[in-house]
Amino acid sequence: MANGSAHTWTLLEAARKVREKEISSQELTRALLDRIDALEPKVHAHITILREAAIAQAGERDRELAKGIERGPLHGVPVGLKDIFCTRGVRTTCGSRILHNFDPPYDACVTEKILASGAVLLGKHNMDEFAMGSSTETSFFGPTRNPWDLARIPGGSSGGTAAAVAAAMCFAGVGTDTGGSIRQPASLCGVVGMKPTYGRVSRYGMIAFASSLDQAGPIARTVSDAAALLGVIAGHDRRDSTSLDLPVPDYLAAVRRPVRGLRVGLPKEYYEGGGLSPEVREAVEKALKALTDQGAVAVDVSLPHTEYALATYYLIAPAEASSNLARYDGVRYGHRAEGAAGLIEMMSKTRAEGFGDEVKRRVMIGTYALSAGYYEAYYGKAQKVRTLIRRDFTKAFEAADVLLTPTAPTPAFRLGEKTGDPLTMYLSDIYTIPCNLAGIPGISVPCGLSATGLPIGAQLLSNHFREETLFTAAGAIERALPPPRTAPLEG
Amino acid sequence: MPFEAVIGLEVHAQLSTRSKIFCSCSAAFGAPPNENTCPVCTGMPGVLPVLNRKAVEFTIRTALATSCTVQRRSVFARKNYFYPDLPKAYQISQYELPIALGGHIDIDAGNGTKRIGITRIHMEEDAGKLVHEGEFSGAQASLADLNRCSVPLMEIVSEPDMTTPEEGGAYLRRLRDILVYLGVCDGNMEEGSFRCDANVSVRPSGVKEFGTKVELKNMNSFRNVEKALEYEIRRQSEALEDGGQVVQETRLWDANEGRTVSMRRKEEAHDYRYFPDPDLLPLIIDEAWIEELRKTIPELPAEKIARLERQYGISRYDAALLASDRALADFFEASAAVFGGNPKTTANECIHWKDAVLARKLSPETIAHAVEDRERGTVSATASKKLVELVLSTGKPFRTLRDEQGLTQVSDASALDAVVEKVLAASPKEVESYRAGKAGLLSFFVGQVMKESRGKANPRVVQEVLKKKLG
Repeated sequence: MANGSAHTWTLLEAARKVREKEISSQELTRALLDRIDALEPKVHAHITILREAAIAQAGERDRELAKGIERGPLHGVPVGLKDIFCTRGVRTTCGSRILHNFDPPYDACVTEKILASGAVLLGKHNMDEFAMGSSTETSFFGPTRNPWDLARIPGGSSGGTAAAVAAAMCFAGVGTDTGGSIRQPASLCGVVGMKPTYGRVSRYGMIAFASSLDQAGPIARTVSDAAALLGVIAGHDRRDSTSLDLPVPDYLAAVRRPVRGLRVGLPKEYYEGGGLSPEVREAVEKALKALTDQGAVAVDVSLPHTEYALATYYLIAPAEASSNLARYDGVRYGHRAEGAAGLIEMMSKTRAEGFGDEVKRRVMIGTYALSAGYYEAYYGKAQKVRTLIRRDFTKAFEAADVLLTPTAPTPAFRLGEKTGDPLTMYLSDIYTIPCNLAGIPGISVPCGLSATGLPIGAQLLSNHFREETLFTAAGAIERALPPPRTAPLEG
Repeated sequence: MPFEAVIGLEVHAQLSTRSKIFCSCSAAFGAPPNENTCPVCTGMPGVLPVLNRKAVEFTIRTALATSCTVQRRSVFARKNYFYPDLPKAYQISQYELPIALGGHIDIDAGNGTKRIGITRIHMEEDAGKLVHEGEFSGAQASLADLNRCSVPLMEIVSEPDMTTPEEGGAYLRRLRDILVYLGVCDGNMEEGSFRCDANVSVRPSGVKEFGTKVELKNMNSFRNVEKALEYEIRRQSEALEDGGQVVQETRLWDANEGRTVSMRRKEEAHDYRYFPDPDLLPLIIDEAWIEELRKTIPELPAEKIARLERQYGISRYDAALLASDRALADFFEASAAVFGGNPKTTANECIHWKDAVLARKLSPETIAHAVEDRERGTVSATASKKLVELVLSTGKPFRTLRDEQGLTQVSDASALDAVVEKVLAASPKEVESYRAGKAGLLSFFVGQVMKESRGKANPRVVQEVLKKKLG
């Protein structure tokens, strides 16, 4: 079969081949649907697969191309979206029973931009319910498995997207990251995941978990693909008051810039804890060596308030979530409980049936943290600590251009390993959370495999609006430590 | 034991912006259910609010007109509670950091003016409306109409500076007039675009500490606010007099029964779990913006009343009646500009024809001509009134009608001589009685002359001619 290896192309290769008519968008789309047919039963990366719609869309892209119309840089290339982005007329569940039947009458800004770039929407990816989780096990639609080892979790909450990209079921996808939900699954699935500066990508139509932390970003198999995809989805949107009105730079151009003289900060707090696996430490050290070998300079920095980040996050995020998720009351859309006698019972039953345990846990924590008499001690105090954490980074970036850390303390863990102990689960995001609290950008790039062949990612952090620096540094690591193109999984 | 009441009022005024406060849906009243809605105001997943600049400007202008200090930085917060008319399950409002603080307005109270403090003004969104199928108590279903969701409101909170229901009423009317003058609110209490809740407590006269306060709701007219306050002050005073206590609670005014009934006690009050809305940036207002808006503040009711009184020499009472509506006051001034010979009569005429004036059925010239012709004795008061009515029914100019109808008044003494002679000749007995000292008969003669002249004679001139002839 001529297109037998099409799924292994990079996003940019696929875009070029469609543009140069080496392959039609429809052929490419069918090749990936074949791939999905073969692997989806094992991986379960999708909540919704758009077969007919994707083929029709691809046909439309082909006809446009025949007439010389090229919508944008991703013309005719199949991609996927985490099921947190509203898609007009296409069920959008956020991984929850409470939205299992929700067809949005509007597109998210990210959806609009993806379609405007010419990309073909292939599917909506599985995720932890309302993005609350680090393993994609809290999804109402069942867990996603790690394509590198089907007994293991892919990370989360954008686990479906990371797994789909790693298993080459799409060329790239867009996820969201509230406390590490792009970077941690990217790390565990051996792909590139970038969380941009808060406000860089519009949140309009992206179902809210914790509004002051949520940010959409690309998940792709190469740094260049991630850079190209961020270029598509970034930009100002007047429907999001927190969206930044700044020009979008050419991120792709940043990937090949030299790292000579780049100051790479090593925050000591990130390497001190007992939770860091030696294998991960070793892999990240290799990434550092890759950078210094190319002329970057290592510097020691300190982020003294790091130890409070997890506690701060687990007050702010649930507090905002408790308010954001209150709208799911069964009145206007989504799941509504049957047989309730009155209004209050209808709302209570709807929410009791519609939400899973992790969501309920966080709604309760958040409700408590905002309650009269507790607000100052919890939410108020957390906001103050958040300011301190932000200042830590500001200070660190006086000495360093990027910070290099592990993305996750360990490689992918086994399904069910941490579901019984929420605190252990929360600790998988210990290196990714401070970045969201500070609103700065971060990227996870593959930097090696564990002894058992599981991917390990290195995290790079930079100051606000310095995504280009991250792509430059990540590009250098990728060139020195090229990862396998896809997960070693065949249908 | 005499008691004194302490009253503070909270007004929710709907801003007359074209669109809603956080989306571009129409904010108009009266559309078919759920027509003025979009994903944002119906709280769909993932949507975000964007603040309406006009709503901010309207609120800043209100703050300036009530001498409040506009805050350079204010913050929108979420007020969380579940209700089917509240699609997001939180209302976006301002809580700890409102847009304006510390102002006042002056009201007319008894003998002179009284200054009522304004604690704060904040912006928020309205909720929707529930429509119950069938009778409320046995309703089979409730339907939500979300047209009103996210319509912009401003809440204006007074200091507890009022002590009588009348002062409460005067404050509300003055505040309403200010908002209407500014064009920021239509002031319609029945349609709910100007709503009032009251906090009222009583304390023994002379005591400094406040008594326990009760919040009153559900008063949909100025009169009902006054009645509810009156009832509540009496209820609380009697409770204390009988050795009882006032319970801190929210009570509803029942206009049909003319009494207040308990709605919820303090311990049943909600915990709204306010926190700053992360979807909206703090509202930053710079001095230049404030100054630009300051230029748009028109002459306000209190200033207008004082100026009308001074400039036209009319009574304060009349000036206040005219100023109760900016259009009426403008009409008065336009009319007085055409004929300024007798502003008091012009004021009376404007007040008399207020409804027609506000319906724009009369021109300032009509009233000016009516007053001028009366002043000159050309038409009588009776004829003048009849002519204005004819202007309203025919649309023809006042003076055209006056000439067509022959309603010009005869004020020339010599022209009235013959009629007077005729009347006196026809009533010799009465003439005799009058001359014998029965002075009251003069009005009888005047009446006869008016009748004989078919209303055209000027009664004042008739009297003079009669007195002369009767010696």
